[in-house]
Order: sequence, then structure tokens, then C-alpha cells
Amino acid sequence: MYNFDVVKPTRIADAVKELSDSTESQPLGGGQTLIPTLKQRLASPDKLVSLSAIDEMQGVCKGDDGSICIGGATNHATVAAEAGDYPALAATAAHIGDPAVRNRGTIGGSLANNDPSACYPAAALASGATIKTNTREIAADDYFQGMFATALDEGEIITEVRFPVPERANYQKFLQPASRFALVGVFVAKYADGVRVAITGASNDGVFRWTEAEAALSSNFSAAALDGLSLPDGDMISDLHGTGEYRAHLCAVMTKRAVAAAA
Amino acid sequence: MAQVSMTVNGKAASGEVEGRTLLSSFLRDQLMLTGTHVGCDTSQCGACVVHVDGQAVKSCTMLAVEAEGAEVATIEGQANADGSLNVIQQAFQDHHGLQCGFCTPGMVMSAAALLKDNPKPSEQDVREYLEGNICRCTGYHNIVKSIMAASGQDVSAIAAE
Repeated sequence: MYNFDVVKPTRIADAVKELSDSTESQPLGGGQTLIPTLKQRLASPDKLVSLSAIDEMQGVCKGDDGSICIGGATNHATVAAEAGDYPALAATAAHIGDPAVRNRGTIGGSLANNDPSACYPAAALASGATIKTNTREIAADDYFQGMFATALDEGEIITEVRFPVPERANYQKFLQPASRFALVGVFVAKYADGVRVAITGASNDGVFRWTEAEAALSSNFSAAALDGLSLPDGDMISDLHGTGEYRAHLCAVMTKRAVAAAA
Repeated sequence: MAQVSMTVNGKAASGEVEGRTLLSSFLRDQLMLTGTHVGCDTSQCGACVVHVDGQAVKSCTMLAVEAEGAEVATIEGQANADGSLNVIQQAFQDHHGLQCGFCTPGMVMSAAALLKDNPKPSEQDVREYLEGNICRCTGYHNIVKSIMAASGQDVSAIAAE
């Protein structure tokens, strides 16, 4: 690692100021992706602004409209333990990485990084979550903009993520057996006004919604409603872990499993 | 350089660190607590697991300055006050839960974190909890058996040694 300074502000406003003071500064969530990246010298910030001491970005609460609000610096273990009002979300958090990683990694960090194989982007997109930052609120549909790309501006921090709670939901992850990341992960959420299906791990464009499956499931919420539906393999990730064709096939299989588990 | 202070195994510890100094480096190189092992250095293997404020973390993937003011527990602080092995360590010895021993500090610290939250885990619970701890020698059976035994459960039916 190249060296850097670390500051630990205790308020969001101070963190934003620290980030704006230097163009080479970067926010540090739990560091479970950023620290390995720094070790490989793939990033060389001169200052890390730790978000871990900001109390107002910690914890899980319930909004007036029944939604679940999660502070941006809340770790996965806390979401797994405290987001029980949205069981599929708590279960998703409970299977990210391993226990020690879940004690450090944060929801804000995961969504800001938008790894194409991460779990939280699928949960947020399928739930139509709202990503709240220090300056604005961003709908999940506008937030995810391709592999490792988001609507966040330089120095913008995810302070909270708000999830409307669906009637039913489930996340199915097909593990890449070495890294334990999702080779394909499908989050299905059924709301009163329709079904949303978000898929991670599969596409060269990062997390995406499978709109044909959503339409079919909105009129008939059963695995059988997906019979005959398939995704084109042209945009799928093809690597040594699986071809694009294989991932496209897994998308349909895992969507059916998620619907069956949620139904 | 920054000054960092924390409590390690119940004793005050402090030192000068760089921003990039990892908690594992601070423990090993400055406090000379070399029981915490660095295996992969990529947060896969879990040999470096310690507890920070009671939570298991991979000390190779946490900056030392992030542990400022924290209660840190390492393998060196696990034995009983009289120096005898604690119940988890003794179970590892009794049930042949280690061969080369490199992963063992992390295994014991993960086991301690599991049993604190889940005092009577099922075999499946143990296996799932150890997802982030890799052992190249044992094939895990005796590690799982050791942790089950440490929780006071009958292990006579668990896979042979």
C-alpha cells in the first residue's frame, strides 16, 4: 500500500468537508473491498475519510411509511440482526461474505462500490430502494449505472438507504465456489403494485432488472409464469467461472427458485 | 504518523502508526503479539481473526487507526488466568483440531465469537460460521468436532478422527 492519512470525523458535514478539501481523498466504509484494493495499489488516495465514527449513519430504523431505513455506515451483521421487518433483506445481509467480513463491511460501501457480483445492489434495485446522500435522494432505478458505476458525484456520501417492505421477497445466490461471490444472484420482491426482479453477477452492465419476468410475475406470481422466458446471453459476463450462456440460464433458474421460495 | 491507543487483551497498548498500518501489523510488529497470523493478506483465509469490541474481524483488513479506543482480543489473551488452555483451546488439543497450527489462532478466535452468540451451535452452524477460515491440513472435521465439544455437546457421533 502507498501511505495515506486517515481522518475520522464524527458528523456527516465534517466528512463531506474533509472529502472536498482534497481531490485525492476517498471515503472509507468498512474497508472490506477498499483495503484489498489499496494493497494491490489499484488506488492511491492521499487521505481516507473514515465513516465509522459517524453515529448518525449507524443503525436500522423503521420509517413512518413502514419502510426500513438503514444508516449508510451500518455493517452487514447489524442489518442481518436488526432488519427483521424485511426478512429477505436481513437474510441477504446474513449471507454476504463471511462472519468477520460482515462485522466490518457496510451497506453504503457496498452500494457505492457497485461491484457487479455484490448482493446489496440486487436487493436495493429489486426493492426500489431510495439511496439518500448528503445532498439528495436517488431512486435505485437511477442510481446503478453499470459495473462499478453509480450516480454518486465525487465526495458524495451515502448516508442512508430506505427500503419499502414488500409483501413477499426472496434472494437466491448461486455461489462462485472459490470467491463465494454471486456467480448469479436474483432478488425478487412482490409489492402491491407489481413485482420487481433484479439480477447481480450476470451482466457486463452490472445489476439489472429483468422486465419480462417482472411482467409475467406481476400477473401470476408463480415459478410456472416464467416458463419459456429467457435472457439473451450476449450481454452476460463470460469468464473462466462460466460462459454467458451458462449465466443466462442460471438467471432463469435462480429467478424461479426465488419465486418458489417467496411464494 | 499518528498515535493510536487501544486495549489489547485487557492491557493498555499504544504506538505510532502510519495511516496504512494494518491492525495485524500493529499487533505483530509493534506489540510483538505474533500469535495473530497473516496467511493470505487478502481477507480470505481468516488466520488473522481477532475480536474488536467483541466482534470477530480480519485484522489484515482493518486499519490500526480504526481500532482507536477499542477493546481488542487476540489468541494470546485466550488462556485461563492460571495459564492453562481455555475450553476451546483444550478441545482443539483433545480432538486433534489442528495439524500444522497456522490457521489455529483464527479458528479459535472465530470459535469464541460463535460460541458467545450461539452457545450450542449445530454442526451446520459451525461449518457455516467457519466459511471465512481456511485450513489446509485437517479437512475441517476435527475443527468442527473440537468446537462442538467446546460447547459441551456430545461429539461421539461426529466424523471419525
